[in-house]
Amino acid sequence: MTEVGLGPYLVVSAILLVLGVFGIFLNRKNVIVILMALELILLAVNLNLVAFSAAHNDLTGQILAMLVLTVAAAEAAIGLAIVVVYFRNRGSIQVEDVNLMKG
Amino acid sequence: MTPALATPLLSAMNWTLAVPEIVLAVIGLAILIFGVLRKQDSALLCTMFTIGGFLIAGLLVLTRGPGIGFHGQFQTDAFASFNKILILAGAGLATILALDYNHKQGIERFEFPVVMLFSVVGMMIMASASNLMTLYLGLELQSLALYVLAAFARDELRSSEAGLKYFVLSGLASGLLLYGVSLVYGFSGTMDFHTLRALLADPSHASAGLVVGIVFVLVGLAFKVSAVPFHMWTPDVYEGAPTSVTVFFATAPKVAAMSVLLRVMAVPFGSLLGAWQLLIVLVSLASMILGALAAIGQTNIKRLMAYSSIGHMGYALIGLAVGNADGVRGVLVYMLIYVFMTAGTFACIIAMRRNGQAVEKIDDLAGLGRNDPMLALLLAVFMFSLAGIPPLAGFFAKLYIFLAAVQGGLWFLAIVGVLTSVVGAFYYIRVIKVMYFDAPATAFDTRAPSLSFVAAASGLFTVLFFIFPAPFVAAAQAAAQALFG
Repeated sequence: MTEVGLGPYLVVSAILLVLGVFGIFLNRKNVIVILMALELILLAVNLNLVAFSAAHNDLTGQILAMLVLTVAAAEAAIGLAIVVVYFRNRGSIQVEDVNLMKG
Repeated sequence: MTPALATPLLSAMNWTLAVPEIVLAVIGLAILIFGVLRKQDSALLCTMFTIGGFLIAGLLVLTRGPGIGFHGQFQTDAFASFNKILILAGAGLATILALDYNHKQGIERFEFPVVMLFSVVGMMIMASASNLMTLYLGLELQSLALYVLAAFARDELRSSEAGLKYFVLSGLASGLLLYGVSLVYGFSGTMDFHTLRALLADPSHASAGLVVGIVFVLVGLAFKVSAVPFHMWTPDVYEGAPTSVTVFFATAPKVAAMSVLLRVMAVPFGSLLGAWQLLIVLVSLASMILGALAAIGQTNIKRLMAYSSIGHMGYALIGLAVGNADGVRGVLVYMLIYVFMTAGTFACIIAMRRNGQAVEKIDDLAGLGRNDPMLALLLAVFMFSLAGIPPLAGFFAKLYIFLAAVQGGLWFLAIVGVLTSVVGAFYYIRVIKVMYFDAPATAFDTRAPSLSFVAAASGLFTVLFFIFPAPFVAAAQAAAQALFG
């Protein structure tokens, strides 16, 4: 069985990060997609952390990965709550409708 | 990795160092239970308890000696204490201001001070973080609470839109910061600040991946202090969030984010000054220029304050760009004065109510000089101070920063800083002109004593700072030394 080195993990993680960032800025449709893109960024980080942790033979990275998972869950809960509040006031969660204040 | 560094200090638990945070968190939980179990409206009581909690935490912070706890995760020193006291003071003032505003806006709920309290716990952890992991957890505790606060007026479209925007952009910034943390960890093998510092003392350890990681961390933190080009959220969130939340956003989180930025750049990455100095210089320049120019066209005073805060963060970052103890002392003095000026200004903004409605246009201030000379005088003091006109406190804030810049050889930054201050003075003085020389509008409603208290206390501090700057400057000096000593 051939070993997979550190490189491929980092490349996949970088691709996920870029997808996440583009998902936020190029997305003109739905706020839920933005929440998914945020999640994608955090998962890219987790992949990085676990890969580095294995490469260094050091547990710190895996501990942080667990903590990031926990924080991501809390963040998703709050994010969805804010989206619900927004929908009740605006009646839409289209990104182009989030335009009351210019900025 | 580096066994010589596994000093006894790093292996000690020393949990008593975190007593202020632990006590504050327990008080927060207790208030939450109290508020839920009590059937009547308990917003006022819970606010009082929260302010009491801040006072207790402040006393506990003052009694902590320097030390490293939680196996190197958590550090108390003069720098952490200075910032924690400032965070507690800013949050305390914001809590007092929120009392009246939330009551009149009908968003008075007991959860408000509790959420604020938890975000303060996060900020105090940030100020004490001595490991990238602690830094991230403190930052997230703070941010998660702030998301909720921004959308706190849940029946108001503007507030929920502010919450949504802040959530998305802040979440992105946290993600980028975390990606930077993972790269720093990957290319150095540690997240501990002191181990990183010792490792990077040898420049050959600073690989390209590590520097990329530092840049990501910097971007995440620049977002949190709302420095250009990561400022997009600031005007919208300042305008959309309830004013009681805007005060809070403008004071305590700024101090916390700035303290983290200072510590991360000075302690673990201090020896790589050459690698990040140019970035900080560019961010600082862009913030000062945008803060001065973009504020000119604003008609909403909360938006004006948002651009003003962007500009002020630009000035403060000059001190970090200098990269020595003098520069950091300048930043700390700047943040101290900034918190009081801003809290006072917002006390005046919250006092702007006509026929029971909050008004926030600059034109609504017309004739305030005749209708309410006391409030007009206070607002004039704050505007002059924000513009940096001597002998008010804002002048000294800029003085220490520019002095450090000139001594550090960053002439260009100091010159641009002075020029943008002059441009900035234009829009601050415009507010004063509207108050004193425009045709009077209807008078404002009578203001609550709590607003007068905060405005007067901040006003006194701003006016009298030049008589007794010594203790504050000495405290900032000690804090800066702790970072570089």
